[in-house]
Amino acid sequence: MAEEKFDCIIVGGGLAGLTAAYILAREGQEVLLIERGNYSGSKNMTGGRLYGHSLEKVIPGFARSAPVERRIVKERLSCEENGMLSTVEYDSSKVSTPEGESYSVMRGKFDKWLAEQAEEQGAMLVYGVRVDDVILRDGKVCGVIAGDEEMESDLVILADGVNSLLSHKLGLKQQTRQDQAVVGVKEVIGLKEETINERFQVASGEGVAWMFSGCMEGCDGFLYTNKDSVSVGITMQVENIHKTSYSVPQMLEEFKNRPEIQALLSGGSLLEYSAHLIPEGGMDMIPNLYGHGVLVAGDAAALCANLGFTLRGMDLAVESGRLAAQTAIAAKEKDDYSAEVLSDYQAALESSFVIPCIQGAEACRSIVESGAYKEEPLKAFNDIMEKQNIR
Amino acid sequence: MNILVCVKQVPDTTEIRIDPVKNTLIREGVPSIVNPFDGYALEAAARIKDTNPDTKIVVLSMGPEQAKAALKECIGIAADKAYLVSGRAFGGSDTLATSYIISQAIKKVEEEEGKFDAIFCGKQAIDGDTAQVGPEIAEHLGYPQVTYGLEAELEGDILKVKKEVEDGVEIIAVKLPCVTTFTKPAWEPRTPTIKRKMAANRAQIPVLNEEALAGIDVTMIGLKGSPTRVKKTFVPQRKKSGIKIMEESNKESAKKLFRLLNGAGIM
Repeated sequence: MAEEKFDCIIVGGGLAGLTAAYILAREGQEVLLIERGNYSGSKNMTGGRLYGHSLEKVIPGFARSAPVERRIVKERLSCEENGMLSTVEYDSSKVSTPEGESYSVMRGKFDKWLAEQAEEQGAMLVYGVRVDDVILRDGKVCGVIAGDEEMESDLVILADGVNSLLSHKLGLKQQTRQDQAVVGVKEVIGLKEETINERFQVASGEGVAWMFSGCMEGCDGFLYTNKDSVSVGITMQVENIHKTSYSVPQMLEEFKNRPEIQALLSGGSLLEYSAHLIPEGGMDMIPNLYGHGVLVAGDAAALCANLGFTLRGMDLAVESGRLAAQTAIAAKEKDDYSAEVLSDYQAALESSFVIPCIQGAEACRSIVESGAYKEEPLKAFNDIMEKQNIR
Repeated sequence: MNILVCVKQVPDTTEIRIDPVKNTLIREGVPSIVNPFDGYALEAAARIKDTNPDTKIVVLSMGPEQAKAALKECIGIAADKAYLVSGRAFGGSDTLATSYIISQAIKKVEEEEGKFDAIFCGKQAIDGDTAQVGPEIAEHLGYPQVTYGLEAELEGDILKVKKEVEDGVEIIAVKLPCVTTFTKPAWEPRTPTIKRKMAANRAQIPVLNEEALAGIDVTMIGLKGSPTRVKKTFVPQRKKSGIKIMEESNKESAKKLFRLLNGAGIM
């Protein structure tokens, strides 16, 4: 087989990698995306809410054809103090622009769909292959190595997830510290669509996002309605795991056994159990985002914002994939993939919503962490909601 | 050397659940795979190609449009070309009709690819477990056949097949052209490389329907051409596997065996 060289090789077929592949293929670039799982989404996980604005820029009106579960119309925040649970509900159904919408999604379906879109644009997607290393010549990344195979390219985009082994190897990223990662554990409970509509007081196609804080020692809870299932789970700082008296799965059981949750899930059947690491070390955790012939995107770049009650990653991943692709397009035009040219990627992330979102996250988090919401919950919640609206 | 490998797309039985009420397989949402025995047949062909690089491997499958995914997987592993036999008139075919259609399709593909020296199949498909189609293809074509193959080696115009039998292995030399069906050998099939997967993505797979197979006897295909009537299907009961007793000495092994039998109330 004749050796071929790609314009760009993308490692990882999650939202960041797929978005970059989609745009680059659409631009006519020769793109190879290598994903370790047997299909895109097979290894990916979300709590499950996607803020649509960033993908809207790439595929306008995507929600009409993409397998989104439900459009989020109700947002609930609950917090517990001395055994008293207070809940605030926000009606987000009035949002009228597609950019303002958010959706519950299941990655197994959603990423697969986005992969199909990228393939339609002409991207070459290869599954079931683990990339072991990058080809490095005189400090320039020139492609990837998988087993005995070497594949050459002008640019490599590392979108290989939270434990990005390749960016560690390249020295772009430090080892993740325990206080920089949160573990998310989720169960998907199957229920009839009508049952969900009834129990959550929503119409078909409309859904609820519900966050719980302070209910359990050291962890937060979440619940999202899907089309015919409910995602329920907890998130917990990795460094807190050994401090609590329960194991993580026990905590999830405990959360599910709360009377208000139990009633909502009763009669349901367990469809899926998953766990994932979430990078949430804020600005400190963000690695060097570029090097000679290489860019880092999505979770690999720790682009995730902990907004006190919510953890946002997917819309940031999409945006970083889009900006990486734009940088790649400019680099190809100049035929220059030096670190200097690729540094535009960092500048683009800074002037987009991504970096401000992660920076702003600290403010939201401090409201939650200070416990201010316990005194004046409504004011605090409003504060958070306002600060969360970073697009 | 020109080898044809016949493959079937089957539901991944490791993911299959049984409907507790109807006692039938729940196929919804179950991923499809290449029948594992067909994978061994493909690997056997690939091993011949390893030592005889001018070998061409063609894969052929009969099934719905989605079976193209299985064929692409085969290209990813070792095949050079793939053909899908798919048509409305083929629906409802039993093993006899299926093997007739495939033998007709083989003749058609040979017009394009040249005569096949060997036709490799899996010993059976894991969804139906009949083990009939491979041998029947041989009969339709009038070729000699070897079943339960483990490995195959080419020696001039002779294929030497190591074959599994009840109490060991036999090596059978068979004159080409022939049909060989394969069972599980000691090794696992190779995994696809990136370049092969890329070739698979790019592959165009011709579809042979009833019109493409001009001259096929329509009374021998589909439901009408299928004498088999399924009276009943059942799911074999899962039997607990035995245990191995291997203590430090024979004496101790015997003691343990006695204890176990005694405990089970047999002694």
